[in-house]
Amino acid sequence: MPVAENEVLSQSLSSKFQASPHQSHLRMLEAESIHILREVASEFERPVMLYSIGKDSSVMLRLAQKAFYPAPIPFPLLHIDTGFKFAEMLSFRDEMARSIGAELLVWRNEAAIAAGTNPIALDTKRCCALLKTQALLDALRHYNFDAAFGGARRDEEKSRAKERIYSFRDSAGQWDPKNQRPELWSLYNARVHPGESIRVFPLSNWTEMDVWQYIHEEKIPVVDLYFAKERLMYVRGDALLPIEQSFVARPAETPQFVKCRLRSLGCSPCTGAIRSDADTIPAIIAELLSFRSSERANRVIDHDQEGSMEIKKREGYF
Amino acid sequence: MSAMITPAFSIEDFLERERAKDLLRFSTAGSVDDGKSTLIGRLLYDTQSVYEDQVRSIEGKGTTAPGQIDFALLTDGLRAEREQGITIDVAYRYFSTARRKFIIADTPGHEQYTRNMATGASTADAAVVLIDASKGVLLQSRRHAYIASLLRVRHILVAVNKMDLVGYDESAFRVIESEFTSVLEQIAAGTGNPLEATFIPVSALAGDNIVHRSQAMPWYKGTSLLELLESLPSSQDARTTPFRFPVQRVLRPDHTFRGFSGQIASGVVRPGDTVSVLPSGRSAKVKRIVTWDGDLDEAAAPLSVTLVLDHELDISRGDLIVSADSPATVAKRVKAALVWMDQRPLDRRRRYLLKHTSHAVPAFISTIEHRTNVGALTREAADILRMNDIGVVSLNLLRPIALDSYRENRSTGAFILIDSETNGTVAAGMITAASSQEAEGGADDVYAWGPVTVGEREARWGHRGGVIELAGPAELLDTIERSIFTAGTVSSRIDADHEVFLLHPDLLAIVTGFATQSGLLSLVMRANYEDVLSVHIEGQRLTHNANDAIGAVAAVHQLLHTIGIFIPSEKAGL
Repeated sequence: MPVAENEVLSQSLSSKFQASPHQSHLRMLEAESIHILREVASEFERPVMLYSIGKDSSVMLRLAQKAFYPAPIPFPLLHIDTGFKFAEMLSFRDEMARSIGAELLVWRNEAAIAAGTNPIALDTKRCCALLKTQALLDALRHYNFDAAFGGARRDEEKSRAKERIYSFRDSAGQWDPKNQRPELWSLYNARVHPGESIRVFPLSNWTEMDVWQYIHEEKIPVVDLYFAKERLMYVRGDALLPIEQSFVARPAETPQFVKCRLRSLGCSPCTGAIRSDADTIPAIIAELLSFRSSERANRVIDHDQEGSMEIKKREGYF
Repeated sequence: MSAMITPAFSIEDFLERERAKDLLRFSTAGSVDDGKSTLIGRLLYDTQSVYEDQVRSIEGKGTTAPGQIDFALLTDGLRAEREQGITIDVAYRYFSTARRKFIIADTPGHEQYTRNMATGASTADAAVVLIDASKGVLLQSRRHAYIASLLRVRHILVAVNKMDLVGYDESAFRVIESEFTSVLEQIAAGTGNPLEATFIPVSALAGDNIVHRSQAMPWYKGTSLLELLESLPSSQDARTTPFRFPVQRVLRPDHTFRGFSGQIASGVVRPGDTVSVLPSGRSAKVKRIVTWDGDLDEAAAPLSVTLVLDHELDISRGDLIVSADSPATVAKRVKAALVWMDQRPLDRRRRYLLKHTSHAVPAFISTIEHRTNVGALTREAADILRMNDIGVVSLNLLRPIALDSYRENRSTGAFILIDSETNGTVAAGMITAASSQEAEGGADDVYAWGPVTVGEREARWGHRGGVIELAGPAELLDTIERSIFTAGTVSSRIDADHEVFLLHPDLLAIVTGFATQSGLLSLVMRANYEDVLSVHIEGQRLTHNANDAIGAVAAVHQLLHTIGIFIPSEKAGL
């Protein structure tokens, strides 16, 4: 998030209040997230962590390592594989789970994948509903998970700004935004009836900038796709489309090498790259300061209808 | 923002400045017409915390004049909110300035959303209360200030908005300031929580005094709203309060390690500290403070850590590890202020789960002491509490829990009630008093606190009150006072030869009487030029050679111990 430049203002401020020694905002966010991770691990019978391989998931995974140290992470990781994830993401995922010794579950909606579901054959709305939402609900039901961590943050999107840290879902996995449980202090209501579940968002109060700063400070590994390099892309005006899936190409369209990177990671057909020279984390942070668009501006699925994220969440999406 | 990416911009400098930033949480409340969304939208927009695509997505869609951005659309996240032009639920927003990161809990203002206001205030360090300058002080502003005070939000920033509609007139502002100041005084008296209020004349629509100081109101000499938010002290006074550590989880990866994980609710802990585990009351010493990043020499609230103790104690989730010097109260009967949050009214026959720190105990509500009329700021008798009602009740718990009053500790003094049938969160509670286990079955109304008791003062100060009369050379008296102070006592020095005592001989006994009642050690000093120190404490006399300063000081301390001024630490506070 951009930072207000107000040097004159801060200099002119008299020290009306004595500054006291304080914890930095990242330490406070870290402490809050660890508290949430421990609460869930202690209060639910079968929690699981949704691991999407992106930067937020990477931070969440590190926080889980910290929360239970020196004991291992007491729940498995679950990846919903749509079949359209970048190859680099999948190899990163397997290596990460192996190196930290976490149990990794992968779930795919095989029937829909076999039927040739893709965002061009269908529309993005129905594609997401089958490959993401349906797969997620099937996986949660199959394993009987009663709590699932997600890396979503409230600053990402305006319906997420209304989300609780413990987000109650009915037995169909649906979110009712008008009937959410009040959430006061750091006292979370973990009570559910059989079949109901809670989605938990330990990074609720983090911003995109916080996430990158934490990755920098903590030296957390992230997928190479976040860093700028020459990549083959279909270039359509301002849009850069990854060439991973052949159905993305228009007739007679040929890809070109462009120095670019991905700002957020999703399915390759629906995630545009941005032109960038940022090839280190400090460079990404510097670039972030200059951005005038939100990180999800390149995510087609957020813009397929008015209030589209809210509708997807009501249906059971994260 | 492109200005920042100049050759002079150094990412390392930027990151260094970021590390120095702390976090301030504040709440706002208001409805569509008092300009709350506009105010927040303005704060976000003027601190460049919204992105162009977010502005584009709402441009030309609102109800404002052409070319203007309807900031309310930036903040109202749900479709129903945008369609109906109302705010339904708490939304959290984030922005940062060069000095600080901010989290806004943005809540609706209408009475039916009292519960949302309480939710937003529960984690806030400050509250921005809006008053529409063209309408004056309305019920909604009172309600927000009352809830903020009840939830112990100390700093109230009163934004008198829409100053443009009253011609930026100073007298309109002053009338509201004086009226609302007396409302706030009444509120603070009612809730017992002190408030610090600052009034700022603003126009959110025009941007006056929101981020930048306004040219339109030269009569206003104060800072802008944002400058004020940047300079408020954050909640980290938790350092100076006694150590409280609710155990979330016992970590036992193998037979060599047994640690207790939790987030420090208040205070500081160091290896070597003696702690008690409540409710059992057993004590141990802290051996290690374990984190993934290595062991710590000291940890303060709100860090999440894992404690290893020097010997095996039976500790489980929900236990409270506390400083042995100032333990919490263990109680089965609790008196608390409640904000009722559920469609189903309070039912005294119903069993609720009281969730407090990291545990939940079954509880019944035995009596409703009163309901607060937030409009009139009066108490009224009530048989029932309905949704959005605020009242004070007594609860009986099925098991004792370790707690503090909410006034003393916002973590260990707070709880929620969960309906054990519907699983809904039905109420938020703030403990005002609790009866210790010993009092159970005895005098029902004997609460462990309310007025501060002798025991509480002793627990905090480590000694009881008393009067020490000393006569001797001035230099030796100074040395003795210093040594008694260094020993950690709370003492007051009284010069017995002061003319006020010569004129009113009875006054000395009155003054020392009050001081003793307040738990202070009164040092009544009479300086002379003799070679002998004489000491008189509660009928015990002592004389000592004044030239042997070290021996004299030791003798005074010995006498204090002999007569039992200092209380044994294992007894402290229980």
